[in-house]
Amino acid sequence: MDKKVFNGLKVLDFGWVIAGPMTLKYLADYGATVVNLESSQHPDLLRTSAPFKDNTPEIDNSGYFAYLAGNKYSMTCDLDQPRGFEVAKKLIAWADVVADSHRPGVLENWGLSYEEMKKINPSVILIRNSNQGQTGPAAKQPGLGNHINGLAGIVNQVGWPNQEPISLQVAYSDYVVPHFAVAALIGALDYRRKTGKGQMLDISQLEVGLNLFAPNLINYPGSKVDESLKGNSCDYAAPHGVYRCKGEDRWCAITVFTDAEWQAFCKAAGQSEWADNTKFATVLNRKKNEKQLNEMVEKWTMQQTSEDVMTLLQKAGVAAGIVENTKDLSEDPQLKERGCFWIGHHEVLGEFSHLGQASILSETPAKLYRSAPRMGEHTEYVCRELLGMSQEEFDCCLMEGAFI
Amino acid sequence: MVNNKGMLSAYRVLDLTNENGYLCGKMLGDMGADVIKIENPRGDSGRKLGPFYQQIPDQEKSLYWFAYNLNKRGITLDIETADGQQILNRLIKKADFIIESFDSGYLESLGLSYEKIHEINPRIVMTSITPFGQTGPYKDFKGSDLVVMAMSGLMYITGNPDSAPLRISFPQAFLLASAHAAASSMVAHYYRETSGEGQHVDVSAQECALWEIANGIPLWQVSHILYKRAGSFLSGRWSDTKQRLLWQCKDGFVSFYILGGPSGIKTNQAIVKWMIEKGEVPEYLKNYDWKTLDMLKQTQEMQDRLEKPIGEFFLRFTKSELYAESFKRGIMLYPVCNAKDIQENAQLKARDYWVNVRHPELCADITYPGAFAKLSETPLAFNKRAPLIGEHNSDIYEKELGMSKVELALLHQSGVI
Repeated sequence: MDKKVFNGLKVLDFGWVIAGPMTLKYLADYGATVVNLESSQHPDLLRTSAPFKDNTPEIDNSGYFAYLAGNKYSMTCDLDQPRGFEVAKKLIAWADVVADSHRPGVLENWGLSYEEMKKINPSVILIRNSNQGQTGPAAKQPGLGNHINGLAGIVNQVGWPNQEPISLQVAYSDYVVPHFAVAALIGALDYRRKTGKGQMLDISQLEVGLNLFAPNLINYPGSKVDESLKGNSCDYAAPHGVYRCKGEDRWCAITVFTDAEWQAFCKAAGQSEWADNTKFATVLNRKKNEKQLNEMVEKWTMQQTSEDVMTLLQKAGVAAGIVENTKDLSEDPQLKERGCFWIGHHEVLGEFSHLGQASILSETPAKLYRSAPRMGEHTEYVCRELLGMSQEEFDCCLMEGAFI
Repeated sequence: MVNNKGMLSAYRVLDLTNENGYLCGKMLGDMGADVIKIENPRGDSGRKLGPFYQQIPDQEKSLYWFAYNLNKRGITLDIETADGQQILNRLIKKADFIIESFDSGYLESLGLSYEKIHEINPRIVMTSITPFGQTGPYKDFKGSDLVVMAMSGLMYITGNPDSAPLRISFPQAFLLASAHAAASSMVAHYYRETSGEGQHVDVSAQECALWEIANGIPLWQVSHILYKRAGSFLSGRWSDTKQRLLWQCKDGFVSFYILGGPSGIKTNQAIVKWMIEKGEVPEYLKNYDWKTLDMLKQTQEMQDRLEKPIGEFFLRFTKSELYAESFKRGIMLYPVCNAKDIQENAQLKARDYWVNVRHPELCADITYPGAFAKLSETPLAFNKRAPLIGEHNSDIYEKELGMSKVELALLHQSGVI
C-alpha cells in the first residue's frame, strides 16, 4: 500500500492553462483527489495546444495538456446550465480546496465569489492564481505567461551586450508560480487542520515572478542597478560560457571559478601551455583576456563531442554540461535514473511520458497513479462515487445537458 | 480575526544552505517559521555575492544576502568541529525542518547523514538541494547555474539560431530549486503532521529547471519536433512559422504576439481597430478575417504580412503609451520592464506589494519585493531583516541552550562559533 501524503484530500479545480493546474499537480502527485472541472464549451487552452496526436487538433489529442495533467480526474460541467451550476455547488460543498485560475471576475460572474463559496462550505480554502492578483487596477487585464515575461522584467535579463533582445519562448513564470502557491496552500491546510478555519489565497504571477530577481529590485535612496546584458558571462569567473562542439548545433557549458579549477581544466584538456601562460593563470587575468580565452577554449571544444567535453571536465572536478535539447533530455541518464518522467498509458497518445515531481521524498515518493484524463472521463465517477448522486439524478442531469 | 503570527510560527527551521538554497528557508520564514540561518564563523559564501548596498563590496552589504535571508535569525557554527557538531545535534532535536545545499556526500562525511539526523529526531523533515540530486550517475557532477541551465532545456531554445544558447543573466537554477524545495518541504511537513513521520526531501535543480521547457518534451515525444532557438520570435510550437514575441517601440520593447483562438481574435481585432482610428492600416489588414487564422496552417509569408504594419505602428509610441492604450482596449500587450519600471508599477503599488524593512546597522530603510501570496487569515509578514554574522548567537546559545558567557567566549576563540 502506497503511503500518500494527501490521502483523502478533496480538491476542485476551476483550472485554466498552466500556473493554477500545476499548483494542484503537487497535490495530485502526492495522492489528493483532484477534480479538474472542464467544459467543452470553453476548452482549456492547453487542450487546444500542440503537439497533437497525428497532428490532429482534437480535444483529447494534446500532448501538452497530457504532459502536465497526470493523476487528475476530469469532469465536464457547463456552469451556464442551471443543473450544471447545481452540480458545481455540490462539488464546492464536497471540496477541502477549491482552485481558480481564470481571469479575476469570471468566478464572480458565475455567482461563485469567495463569500458565496463560504455559504456553501464555511471552511473552504479558495486559492486563486492570476496574472496580477485579484485586486488593483490591472487585475482584470487579459494576458498570458509570455506577456508576464516582459512585465516582470524577465526578458530584460536575457541577451548579448549591444544586440537585439532575445525573448524566452516559454511562459517562464507560469512554471514558477506553482512552487510558491502550493507552499502557501499547504500552510493554509495546516492552519485549517488546527483551527478549522479556511481562507482565500490571492496569488499574482507577477508578484511571485519578481522573487527570482529580488536583489535587483531592492530599492533605497541612491540605489543603482546594473542591468547590462551579459550573455552567458559571469562577473567573477572565466571561462564561463557555452562553447561549440563537434556536430550540428552541439554545445557544452563550462564554468571555471577558481585558479585550481583552471589548472584542472588545462590538465584534463591536455593543454599544458595554457596552464603555464600567465595571461590566464589568475581570475583577474582570465577576465582581462576573456575574449582570447573563450576563442582558445572553443577551438579545443570544437574538436570534441559535447558528451566528451562534459565527461572529461567533470572527471577533473570542473563544472561542465551538455546544452541539452529535448531529445537529449528525453534520453538523459540522470533524469531516467531518478524517474523524472512518468511513463503511463494514455488512451489516445499511447505510451506517454508525463512530467514527474522534481524531487524524491524518501517515505512518500510521488508517482503516476493514472494517466492524464480525457475530457470528461470521470464525470460519472465524480458524480456517483464522490458526490453520491443516485443513478436517476445523474441521468437527469445528463439529459438536461449539464455535463457538456 | 486575522492571525498575525504567521501560519508556521510553531515550527523551527535550521537553514544550513549556501546561496543555492537561501530562498527555501526565506519562504518558510515569510510564512512565520522560526528560521535559524547557520553559517560558518567566517561568514556565508553568499555574502560575497553582489549586487552590494551602495556598491560597496562587504560581507554585511550583499543585497543578494539581504534579499534571500529576510525573515531569518542567524548564528555562526563550524559544523566541521566536534563541538560544533554536538551543538548542531542539540539544535536538531528541537527543530522541525533542516535544509542544506552541500555537495552530495559532504554531510555523510561529517557523520551527519539523513539516517543519523533521523535517529536524533525522527519527526524532522530534511531537505537537500543539489544540482542533480543525491542519486544517479551525475550525483557527483559539479553544477553551476550555467551548467544546470544548460542541462535542463531552456537554454537550448533561447538565443539566436546561429549563435550560442543563452541563459537568463540573473542566475535562476537554484532559485527555482529552492522554491521547489520549500514546496516539497511543505508536502513532507503535511505528512509529518498527519502521520508523525519525518522524511528526506532530495531536490534536483536540473529537474526543477526542466519544468521551464514547457511543451518541449511532449513536442519531441509526440511529433518528433525539436524546439529550437528563434531570437525574439516564438517558433516550433504550432508549425515552422515564427511569431514575433518582442517588438521595438520608441523607447524599448513590448511583449505581444499574434495569436489565434478566441482570446487572440479579441486582441487582434482591437489592435486593428486602434490602427484604423489612427488612419494607419493597409486594406488587407483592415479586412482580414481573424476567425480564419489557424496557427497550425499559417504560412510565414502571411504571418510577416500581418506583423509588418503592426510593427511599424508600434514604433510610433513609447512602451508606456502602448501599455496605457492597450490597457484601455483590453489588448494583450505588455511593456518589457526594467527594475525602475517595476518599482513604479501602479498595480504593484495599489496592492501594497513592496515592504519597507529597517536596517538599523545602515541607518536606512530598504524596500524589498513583498509577499508571494496574499492570505486572508494568515498573511505573510516581514519583520526581520537578514541577520548580521552571528547576530543571534546569544539568543540561541545562551538563552535557549543555556550556555554560559565563558563557554561562548571559549567557542568563539576556538573558531567554533
